Amino acid sequence: MSIALIDYGAGNLTSVKKALAAIGADVFVPGAPGALAEAGGVIVPGVGHFDATRALGRPWTDAIMARVREGRPLLGICLGMQWLFEGSDEAPDWPGLGALGGRCYRLSAANPNASTRLKIPHVGWNSLAHSRDAWILEGVPAGTQVYFTHSYVAPLTADTVASSEHGGAFAAVVERGQIAGVQFHPEKSGEAGLQILRNFVRAAG
Amino acid sequence: MLSKRIIACLDVRDGQVVKGVNFEGLRSAGDPAALARRYNSEGIDELVILDITATLERRRALADTIRAVARELFIPLAVGGGIRTEDDAAAAVDAGADKVSLNTAALSSPSLITTLAGRYGSQAVIVAIDAKHVPQGGPAAGGGRFAVYARSGQAAANRDAVEWAREAEDRGAGEILLTSIDRDGTKVGFDCDLTAAVSHAVSIPVIASGGAGGLEDFVEVFTTGAADAALAASIFHYAETSVRVLKEHLRQHGIPVRL
Repeated sequence: MSIALIDYGAGNLTSVKKALAAIGADVFVPGAPGALAEAGGVIVPGVGHFDATRALGRPWTDAIMARVREGRPLLGICLGMQWLFEGSDEAPDWPGLGALGGRCYRLSAANPNASTRLKIPHVGWNSLAHSRDAWILEGVPAGTQVYFTHSYVAPLTADTVASSEHGGAFAAVVERGQIAGVQFHPEKSGEAGLQILRNFVRAAG
Repeated sequence: MLSKRIIACLDVRDGQVVKGVNFEGLRSAGDPAALARRYNSEGIDELVILDITATLERRRALADTIRAVARELFIPLAVGGGIRTEDDAAAAVDAGADKVSLNTAALSSPSLITTLAGRYGSQAVIVAIDAKHVPQGGPAAGGGRFAVYARSGQAAANRDAVEWAREAEDRGAGEILLTSIDRDGTKVGFDCDLTAAVSHAVSIPVIASGGAGGLEDFVEVFTTGAADAALAASIFHYAETSVRVLKEHLRQHGIPVRL
């Protein structure tokens, strides 16, 4: 079945579309929440400010969660992953989807290992430390490096399946049932990123 | 731990990769998509396509070249050269660029930085700064030590590179691509003095460029120069140094890299 890629105006979808096309997935961008009924799986991408997720109002969240309840997989990428949580300090008055417990917060520039301050945003390739088996990480070995670009992070919780570290540890990959999220950009993380997208497309049937 | 990035720059003119010395004397180095494929297989972390004559000839970045590279490579791709307006940036992004690099246009219309950061996010906006040493702090540097030049190194902007980098960050830039005009294409090493001055002055990543010659130059720019990433063209194009050999050398010197 085809993958619904949600366009809520937070960044450009071109790279995600190209990566999904490269692995042979059938992708569509739904114009209205009702179109999600046709989706085998739903991807919420996005970069930028948490406030942008305001465009994902009640009709969208209802339609997305209806698909999840039917057993369809949901993948949040970067800002889309942070949105899966209860909220973010970046936009305190606007809640996230709340499918995962916890609240996103800003990375600290304080460096525990050196006198120099860390660069924020966290931009570049960093490694994954796996904490448990997960369908979204099948075929992606521990220590694999992936491409991040962000200033806010999700906390380590029971849903964290891989963490990464920049000043402190944060959730790099989360999974709870059919819901998964990645803080990095699988569409920009070379072969490892494509493997994660393949895992999702397979789960979508 | 966050890896130090190695970025290959493809200076493109008329659909071909070219490279000169001190911004002049260009010679051909091949097909952009073929080079991009080779670098990707060697483990390059990111690619920059610079349409080097775009500003001078008022041409837009080569959308066909961007498309050809973005179609098969799934690593970050930045595009610069000739991006003067929001429409120019949109054309590059629509063709597959993840980041756009502004140079001359950022100097003449700094509000473009903020406009593009608002539309695509700061992570998509690189401000490229071409700078020259001014030992005595002359007027070309606005009293500072490093003078900024626009129009491919041809016009003094009467600004100091450190001060301009800080302003670019304040206006929404996500990264600084810092090129030493003195060192460009000379292979005598990066300007670590310039790189460290800018890197310590901003909180966003700084990409050092200009002067890469040998493996030790990269060690030095990541330590003394405090660079977050290093960009090179010539040494990779002519296969003088493979990306993999470079990264293994950096790892041996305790510098975190993606291998």
